[in-house]
Amino acid sequence: MSTATEPSLDATARAREILGVSRLTNSALTTWLHGLPGVDQVGAEARAAGLSTRSIKASSKAWAIDLAISMIDLTTLEGADTHGKVRSLCAKALLPDPTDATTPRPAAVCVYGDMVATARAALGSANVNVAAVATAFPSGRAGLGVKLADTRDAVAAGADEIDMVIDRGAFLSGRYLQVFDEIAAVRSACVRDDGTSAHLKVIMETGELVTYDNVRRASWLAMLAGGDFIKTSTGKISPAATLPVTLVMLEAVRDWREATGEMVGVKPAGGIRTTKDAIRYLVTVNETAGPDWLDPAWFRFGASGLLGDLIMQRQKLTTGAYSGPDYVTID
Amino acid sequence: MPTFEYAPAPESRAVVDIASSYGLFIGGRFVEGHGQAFKTVNPATEETLAEVAEATADDVDAAVRAARTAYTRVWSRMSGADRGKYLFRIARILQERAREFAVLETLDNGKPIKESRDVDIPLAAAHFFYHAGWADKLEYAALGTDPRPLGVVGQVIPWNFPMLMLAWKIAPALAAGNTVVLKPAETTPLTALLFADVLQQADLPPGVVNIVTGAGTTGQAIVDHPGIDKLAFTGSTAVGKMIARSIAGTRKRATLELGGKAANIVFDDAPIDQAVEGIVNGIFFNQGHVCCAGSRLLVQESVAEEVEARLKRRLATLRVGDPMDKNTDVGAINSRRQLDRVSELVAVGEKEGATRWDTGCELPGTGFWFRPTVFTGVSQAHTIAQEEIFGPVLSVLTFRTPAEAVAKANNTPYGLSAGIWTEKGSRILWMADQLRAGVVWANTFNRFDPTSPFGGYKESGYGREGGRHGLEGYVRTGADQ
Amino acid sequence: MSPTSTARVDVRKTYKLYVGGAFPRSESGRSYEVYAAPSGRRTTPRFLANAAMGSRKDARDAVVAARKAQPGWAGATAYNRGQVLYRVAEVMESRRAQLVTDVRDAEGVSAARAESLVSASIDRWVWYAGWSDKYPQVLGGLNPVAGPYFDISTPEPTGVVAVLAPQASALLGLVSVLAPVVVSGNTAVVLAAQDRPLPAVTLAECLATSDVPGGVVNILTGRTAEMAPWLASHRDVNAIDLAGSAGADGVDWGALEAAAADTVKRVLRPAGTGPEAVEPDWTGAACLDRLAAFVETKTVWHPKGR
Repeated sequence: MSTATEPSLDATARAREILGVSRLTNSALTTWLHGLPGVDQVGAEARAAGLSTRSIKASSKAWAIDLAISMIDLTTLEGADTHGKVRSLCAKALLPDPTDATTPRPAAVCVYGDMVATARAALGSANVNVAAVATAFPSGRAGLGVKLADTRDAVAAGADEIDMVIDRGAFLSGRYLQVFDEIAAVRSACVRDDGTSAHLKVIMETGELVTYDNVRRASWLAMLAGGDFIKTSTGKISPAATLPVTLVMLEAVRDWREATGEMVGVKPAGGIRTTKDAIRYLVTVNETAGPDWLDPAWFRFGASGLLGDLIMQRQKLTTGAYSGPDYVTID
Repeated sequence: MPTFEYAPAPESRAVVDIASSYGLFIGGRFVEGHGQAFKTVNPATEETLAEVAEATADDVDAAVRAARTAYTRVWSRMSGADRGKYLFRIARILQERAREFAVLETLDNGKPIKESRDVDIPLAAAHFFYHAGWADKLEYAALGTDPRPLGVVGQVIPWNFPMLMLAWKIAPALAAGNTVVLKPAETTPLTALLFADVLQQADLPPGVVNIVTGAGTTGQAIVDHPGIDKLAFTGSTAVGKMIARSIAGTRKRATLELGGKAANIVFDDAPIDQAVEGIVNGIFFNQGHVCCAGSRLLVQESVAEEVEARLKRRLATLRVGDPMDKNTDVGAINSRRQLDRVSELVAVGEKEGATRWDTGCELPGTGFWFRPTVFTGVSQAHTIAQEEIFGPVLSVLTFRTPAEAVAKANNTPYGLSAGIWTEKGSRILWMADQLRAGVVWANTFNRFDPTSPFGGYKESGYGREGGRHGLEGYVRTGADQ
Repeated sequence: MSPTSTARVDVRKTYKLYVGGAFPRSESGRSYEVYAAPSGRRTTPRFLANAAMGSRKDARDAVVAARKAQPGWAGATAYNRGQVLYRVAEVMESRRAQLVTDVRDAEGVSAARAESLVSASIDRWVWYAGWSDKYPQVLGGLNPVAGPYFDISTPEPTGVVAVLAPQASALLGLVSVLAPVVVSGNTAVVLAAQDRPLPAVTLAECLATSDVPGGVVNILTGRTAEMAPWLASHRDVNAIDLAGSAGADGVDWGALEAAAADTVKRVLRPAGTGPEAVEPDWTGAACLDRLAAFVETKTVWHPKGR
């Protein structure tokens, strides 16, 4: 598992340097973000569609399936979640396919903050992380104090990773500095007493941002403020993750590395249900940001049902017959 | 970190049956040709696919007579609605047999199966579908009050999009009530010959479409035949000029779709990732064997370095190889002759001082291949900025202002197409007004549609194909009844 | 059914409404008797079926379905719409025999005449299908304004169109009023010929099996006079074709037009002179007028400059 970036990052100071300004104002951020190249919707969607025609067969398909499984953040984020449900999910994460011990494990389980302790206990010392959503997920509509308390609680309970939401209202009304400051504050709230830090994913809720230009700008803003990962969606509204949106985000992390030397991860979440979908995303990663991102440290799938389909496809490759839901455990 | 290698994903050849030899399709059936039969090969492997007949002047005469008979007795007497129904049938059968045609096209032409399957064949079917609907609506197409067909049309098509060019030619001709003698290119005759099967399945009256195979001599026989009322030609500017000379002083009409050296213009405010896709698509789609290819990249000097870097990075993911592999992006060069021509011009480019770069990818051992190549430091004076290479070779030039971009883009005897990349709408429209090109693509490239007229200015030819305008070349209007 | 074999007990069809891609009964639960048109020397009317008698609520539901389907239908490419509509013709052709029987029963014409009417109906449908990707080139265009502006006019579908189908010509008339409405991306709520509704139901079955998205065409059988006023006054209907007011008892097309005026609907009046509505001869050549009547022209300006 990768470690988070420098815990004592002074986001504002670094941002001033990257922008080349003496004071980080909203207007400076606006100029910088609006100076990024635009995204042509038709062209971006056509590129994503073109990447979707890649035909991944045989050995490369087996490799891709295993990689996709190892990139899953196995998720349950329901009001009705109980300790029993979370334990059951963790059991699935530890043993995705009881009939095949060679099946890889997902990267993490993703739960609400008040379920972190349960998840941590259920996973024991296994190499599966606990990710918690925080900051008044999914809406993000609460005061900063509440959002930071939410974050600290989850970190204190043992979360390895925090998935925060940005304030979309602030973003859409052009209050970029506010969005920046909130992300930086949450980043700081991820730092533990021993100086290590939980890993921060920044959810942009691309379905509410709507345009690809906004997705590009929000990506750069999140990276500037110190996010370790940029994530598409909460999964609670539609559209959630789409291939073109993820393409734009992969271009952003590629260009960010070019500009700063730093790598930032990408997580599409919600709406990725089939192995075919997952492989399309991996192809897109491969041909956009590049093979360095083909690693659970830098790319995750936020999903629940996807794991079942990946396991069925894996079973087909080993048995030679199409599988069915009866042969895959539910969580 | 293991890299994501795509295992071979070959499309199966089993879907198509290729005969060992073919005759000529005249009067609704296959007959023997009397010329010197020739072979057509798979350019990716150099394997012989089939033997094809050569039509002599006598064979061409038989075809023209069959077309004339069909015209006089059947096709010119048929209602537009009924002609349309035949075209609808043809369109539907092409859709039904799409995979078969796509595979055959790739085997004979060398283009990636992904392209034949997703672009060539669907567009060909769409052309028939579109024109089927015009057959009984010609009086609405601003062609005069009583648009009538011309008679028998001779059509000579190139090797770069064999089936698509066939559709572009035959569909409007038939819709307007003409009958056809068509010659496919000598290196890519097979889909045209398979198309004869579609015509039989559609029960098209015999002689309405005749397909004669052969090379330059056969083509000349069609051009010279007195029984041909109109010629439609797509191919090189040199041959186009020969045709124009041949018919001078006669009453034969012609439409010509010739070469190009299109400028793809990228401004500093272009949507940069999509612009790079547009550049790649503009010159490497179909191995650059495209008359309207964006073979000159005109990039604003302030962003030239950045665009060049992004372009080269993108080109590294282009997969060159077996056209039958579904993951191949760039296929084989169509023939030894074309490969030699491309290599020659590239050598000239280097000699004249431009900087050559290619992707360095591995190429298969047999077959005709050329790596995607980019020349930077090119100026208008260089040969590679003026002559059509017709291969996967891009020449990069720079400009400073919109006016300079226009001047450089227009500074060519060609005028087929142009591309403009900028987020500013008013600039797109201003540039479009100034560019002397028959097709202007803004923030896109190589987009084709049956409803959208295609054709060139200046030495790129005259006449349009597709759309309402494309019908004009196939009817007699009031002036010359 | 062969008259010479031992008479087989046949499975008789229930004729229902076609709304939102499904075949529901009327929410009112009512039906009415449909009889064959008089023919031959038969003096008593021959019972054909109980057809659903549509109510104002069915009309209301049909408008909801039509509105829901409209953005998707208008947003499809013209090529796609043309393909779908051509497929309707393919399915009609494959069901010729049934349509011929329906037309003979409905209109009381000879077998030969019914064949010819069915052929004409299919051919007319094909004619309209072929317009989907062409009419903008005929009805729209670039405007050469006196200034540095790109200026273009394009026809767009008006939205949801209510159609009173002709009362006498139960298939050809129906096709002639319906196809031009939907080819441009409108969706339709059709009141079938009230005494001759069965060909419309068979057409609905053709539509349902031809990739036509649910809600694009909705067909209601029943009394024209009962449902028409509700459609004419409906605020979510954009246009109304009054062809079927000719020969429909209790229908005053002037009153319908007046009701439509409240929302400034586009109204296509029935044929005829003065207050009289007549049904035209549908066998003549079609023209673009019925298509043009249900499109709006949008003109867009954009400056041209560096």
